[in-house]
Amino acid sequence: MTSTPPIVQVRDLQKSYGSVEAVRGVSFSIAAGETFALLGPNGAGKSTTIEILEGYRDRTGGEVTVLGVDPRRGGLDWKARLGIVLQASGESGNVTVTEQLRHFAGFYPNPRDVDEVIDATGLREKAKTRISKLSGGQRRRVDVALGIIGRPELLFLDEPTTGFDPEARHQFWDLIRSLKTEGTTILLTTHYLDEAAQLGDRAGIIADGRLIDIGSIHEIGGADARIPLVRWRDGNGMVREERTSHPARVVAELVARLNGAEPEDLEVIRPSLEDVYLSLVRGNEAAAARTETAASAGRGVLTEQVVRA
Amino acid sequence: MSATITDTRPPKKAPGTLALGLSRIGYETRLYFRSPDTLFFTFFFPFIMLAIFTAAFSASGNIGGNADGVGGVSVGAYYLPGMLAAGMLLSGVQNLAVDIAGEKSDGTLKRLGGTPLSPLSYFLGKIGQVFVTAILQATLLLLVARFVLDIALPTEPEKWATFAWVFVFGVITSAFLGIALSAVPRSGKSATAVVIPVVLVLQFISGVYLQFTALPDWMQNLASIFPLKWMAQGMRSVFLPDSFAAAEQTGSWDLVWVAAALGVWLVVGLLLSRMTFRWIRRDA
Repeated sequence: MTSTPPIVQVRDLQKSYGSVEAVRGVSFSIAAGETFALLGPNGAGKSTTIEILEGYRDRTGGEVTVLGVDPRRGGLDWKARLGIVLQASGESGNVTVTEQLRHFAGFYPNPRDVDEVIDATGLREKAKTRISKLSGGQRRRVDVALGIIGRPELLFLDEPTTGFDPEARHQFWDLIRSLKTEGTTILLTTHYLDEAAQLGDRAGIIADGRLIDIGSIHEIGGADARIPLVRWRDGNGMVREERTSHPARVVAELVARLNGAEPEDLEVIRPSLEDVYLSLVRGNEAAAARTETAASAGRGVLTEQVVRA
Repeated sequence: MSATITDTRPPKKAPGTLALGLSRIGYETRLYFRSPDTLFFTFFFPFIMLAIFTAAFSASGNIGGNADGVGGVSVGAYYLPGMLAAGMLLSGVQNLAVDIAGEKSDGTLKRLGGTPLSPLSYFLGKIGQVFVTAILQATLLLLVARFVLDIALPTEPEKWATFAWVFVFGVITSAFLGIALSAVPRSGKSATAVVIPVVLVLQFISGVYLQFTALPDWMQNLASIFPLKWMAQGMRSVFLPDSFAAAEQTGSWDLVWVAAALGVWLVVGLLLSRMTFRWIRRDA
């Protein structure tokens, strides 16, 4: 973007739990105002990475700065500039939505207006309801509301829309877009690849503790992974597919061959971020299986357990 | 979620630790009275025990009277100081140990740890909550004693001065010991199973439920290691006639030792709290 220093800078980040390497040399940076999506399977090291950046966990190696500060030494002033939406938790919640937001707003030097945040997160009807009485999706909205109440410069969203219905997810996307417009830098992890595609400017894909690809949302995976697919059913009822960077020409030739008749079940498919992601992760798994023995599968499971613990 | 959030940014100073601590006290106290478990097992428990003891033993006459049954004090009056001491212990140790262990395992502390709330403000909130609720509990106990059980309360200012320092000292000590003990349970679910037996055994050996002076010497000596015995003794010195002092271990109320024991436990609790408290369980 500009010459301003990156909001997040991660160089060769490593994290081991005993002999298990959860994160093995991850590097990336996030520019001011950017939304960066960190994607990857469960247990790949996403949450460990994000929790190191948030200051919750120590790292084993590498360099990290967040808002110009090493998270190990981040004080209260530093925390006041962050907004953290953790993965869903099970707090008892014997306070109302408004009480909780008002209380948390008091922690910050320059909080947002409580009513404004309640409206922006769609909690107006539940404002006077105790959090313990809310549905999972509504509680998640409260988590998001608490994450943005302090007017953060950098917002961490760890699987923010788990439990949202489709409408709530679209409303959430609108909210995040308005935060982006305001200049908030966002680090997002999600299992919904359409969400990453909607919100992210760039994405990094982590598998088995390593960053296997990083790039803009529209380019990640490389040009080859994004070649469109033309699919149709031929005269014998067989499904035919052709991968081509000139789908219109293929379709035109097909129609010409059929003397102007309409090809049956014709589709032109542009690989979505999800398709690209799946091919990258599967490719990585296949490569890992080739180079490592069966023992590595056991270690993969262990990694997940330790990270979740 | 209508997506309009305006950005107005007048620069302001971060709120102070003390101001946030006061705000936490209000918040924590509200939460305390919204938790039915806490209300029953911490706030009203001494009332329930006092009612049971009074109902069960009143027929057997006064305690500490002469052979002809004249003199001494009623069963309710005898148990009142013990129940006040139990209330201090429950409000501090049991309440905070269970509460903080639960907050640790349900994610409350992790969330707070990601905000600019100082741990000091958090502790001010907890200790303030213990104070507010313990004062309410003690006041209510004294009102019940006076007006329901018709127990004569002391009128001498010196007695009430003793009450004040034993109470304040005991409650602060209990609060720190509760924070320290909250580090022991491995999960919020196991917290009550870890904490309640400790607190219950202490109450039995320290002269809350059983007449301390009737306990065997070894049990009295064991109880003397722990702070509850001293809180109860301090409270007995306030509410029982001076003639009862003769039945104590050394034949007197030993208020100096009460202060010394509570002082030592206060320091122990403070150090343990300081050493063990974490927003989240640290990974290896």
